[in-house]
Amino acid sequence: MAVAGIDAGSATTKAAIVKNGELSAYAIVPTGANGRNASAKALEEALALAKLTRIDLTKIVSTGYGRRNVEFAENAVTEITTHAKGAKTLFPSAMTIIDIGGQDSKVISLDEDGRINNFVMNDKCAAGTGRFLEVMARTLEVALQDLGKLSISAEKPAKISSMCTVFAESEVVSLIAQGEKREAIIAGLHEAISKRIAGMVKQVGLRREVVFTGGVAKNVGMKASLERVFGLKINIPAEPQIIGAFGAALIAEEGTIIS
Amino acid sequence: MAEKYVNLWKSLDIDLEKHNQLLAVLPQIYTDLVLSQKNRPKKMDYFDFVISEIHGLRVEELVKLRGEGNKIIGAFCLYAPEELAYAANATMVGLCGGADFSIPDADAVLPRNLCPLIKSFYGFKIGLTCPYFQCCDMLVGETTCDGKKKVYELLNEHVPTYIIEVPHKPDTVQGRSLWLKELEEFKTQLEKLTGNKITAEKLKASIELINDKRKALKRLAELRKATPAPISGLDALIVTQIGFYDDVKRFTAKVNELCDELEERVKNGVGVTDKNAPRLMVSGCPMAVPNWKLPSIAESAGASIVVEESCVGTRYFTDMVEPKGDSLNDMLEALVEKYAKIPCACFTPNDARIESIDKLAKDFKVEGVVYYTLQFCHSYNVEAVKVGKALKSEGVPMLKIETDYTMEDAEQIRTRLEAFLEMIRGKK
Repeated sequence: MAVAGIDAGSATTKAAIVKNGELSAYAIVPTGANGRNASAKALEEALALAKLTRIDLTKIVSTGYGRRNVEFAENAVTEITTHAKGAKTLFPSAMTIIDIGGQDSKVISLDEDGRINNFVMNDKCAAGTGRFLEVMARTLEVALQDLGKLSISAEKPAKISSMCTVFAESEVVSLIAQGEKREAIIAGLHEAISKRIAGMVKQVGLRREVVFTGGVAKNVGMKASLERVFGLKINIPAEPQIIGAFGAALIAEEGTIIS
Repeated sequence: MAEKYVNLWKSLDIDLEKHNQLLAVLPQIYTDLVLSQKNRPKKMDYFDFVISEIHGLRVEELVKLRGEGNKIIGAFCLYAPEELAYAANATMVGLCGGADFSIPDADAVLPRNLCPLIKSFYGFKIGLTCPYFQCCDMLVGETTCDGKKKVYELLNEHVPTYIIEVPHKPDTVQGRSLWLKELEEFKTQLEKLTGNKITAEKLKASIELINDKRKALKRLAELRKATPAPISGLDALIVTQIGFYDDVKRFTAKVNELCDELEERVKNGVGVTDKNAPRLMVSGCPMAVPNWKLPSIAESAGASIVVEESCVGTRYFTDMVEPKGDSLNDMLEALVEKYAKIPCACFTPNDARIESIDKLAKDFKVEGVVYYTLQFCHSYNVEAVKVGKALKSEGVPMLKIETDYTMEDAEQIRTRLEAFLEMIRGKK
């Protein structure tokens, strides 16, 4: 008995296969211009890794920005519910979940029984999300995956005041022109995002343990920056990018959510 | 509709070409959002018809009334006392803008950071795309919002605009006395405009007329206490919206006919959703025609909206005007009483609104509140803090949505609403 979860995100599409409550395989593919193809491709790749075929799947649940366009999924569940489910399963003492994805960021607060108590999401623009970091990495001529380790080596973060991708980019350009070190600029960007996340966390109340998910959680500089802002240790799953898909698969297995 | 009413619109100086673009999109929106709903009450047919004739039949009626010497007064707020207008044989129409369509016209003049409702109505006037605006002999504005107040000054350049000063501390002696004086002055203005004296007898009759309308809408609201609700939140909103421009007597009769059908539904346990659909209250800024975005997203995601704590909702019909006697003064005092009870976010403090939300949540067995605020509406936006605290202490979850009239954030709103519904279902 196997089930699958598909997280159709704005930047990447993830598929997770779950068997008896355990993750058995996953795949991450770029969403690109055709979300429907990406979902099918992610599922095929994950199935191949799990040495299964579609017939072996008893249920598929979709989540993420494109959840309603995953035609082969029986149910669609929001990314808030699936991230909560996935993070809580991996970290049973999780109370606060921070998720920073390609185009949105969210903070979810759980109650003692693991049910969602409250949540906040960023407004309609992509300020302070994965897309924001992607644009900044390009401006700084740095590979996205190098942002984290470069920022760690900064002596002091540069000051970035704007969270609007367009305005922050011009700030970065002027900092470069002033001769500010690249490391310091990146650390400054991380700090600006952390402060914005801290504002969202305050709205729901910070309670330990804190779990950080989404593609941006792979950035070690972001983790360090958030830990500095909150003054506590943050937990990150081994593969933070697939927590939505994993949560969706767990929900498929339970069959608890009827949409 | 276009062919039939071209001459009517021409006579009102409507920009025909632009107006055609507006009318071309409305039927599709209405079909997609409203007519596509399941299990609609049959008696919604009248209200569907009114919307299908949105710039036609009713405008024709208003023009006819004008031709017979009656005056048409445009209003933007519940604080424009309808009773006084009707007592002077005038007819009042609501002009609040709910469409993105007219905003580009307004943007050419107004600052960017201004609420869409103001921009929308101003754009309709200067773009010459709203026949209701064009019918008006006078506009009545009010001081419930700084943005509106300043835009009324601009509207005054196009059509005489009279401003009523609404006291922001209505429970104080000075607040009540200001409000009474404002009503008396408005009465004088109306008498001057119409040439008709507002007598005690006439005011009594118009109070009854408007009370009957409010009672019909209140009856409709009460029926939505049933589980499952016999009518969708979107349909109930449309009925209330129409109440701001339709003929009062006809509208009242049609709402009561709808209520008769809904009573049968409630008796037979018939609803528009299954009985487990999460029951939501929408609280906050008004939704003017054709602003159907939020309820349509919420209900297509599986919610059942059972009450609107809004100016286009409970604030309009919760209280009746109840004069203690038959003198003109008794009636003016009763108007002061009634209007001071409408808990607008311009009041300070505004505890009555918080109490009313708590009470509505209990009475309507609400499982979650969607706090709706238009962008740049500071008073409703800030008041969400107190409302949120009060609801939290009652254990009712609240989701705040800040938005405008564009559809660009529809998917983000859908995600938040669906997550909110999942959260509510998860707690059951």
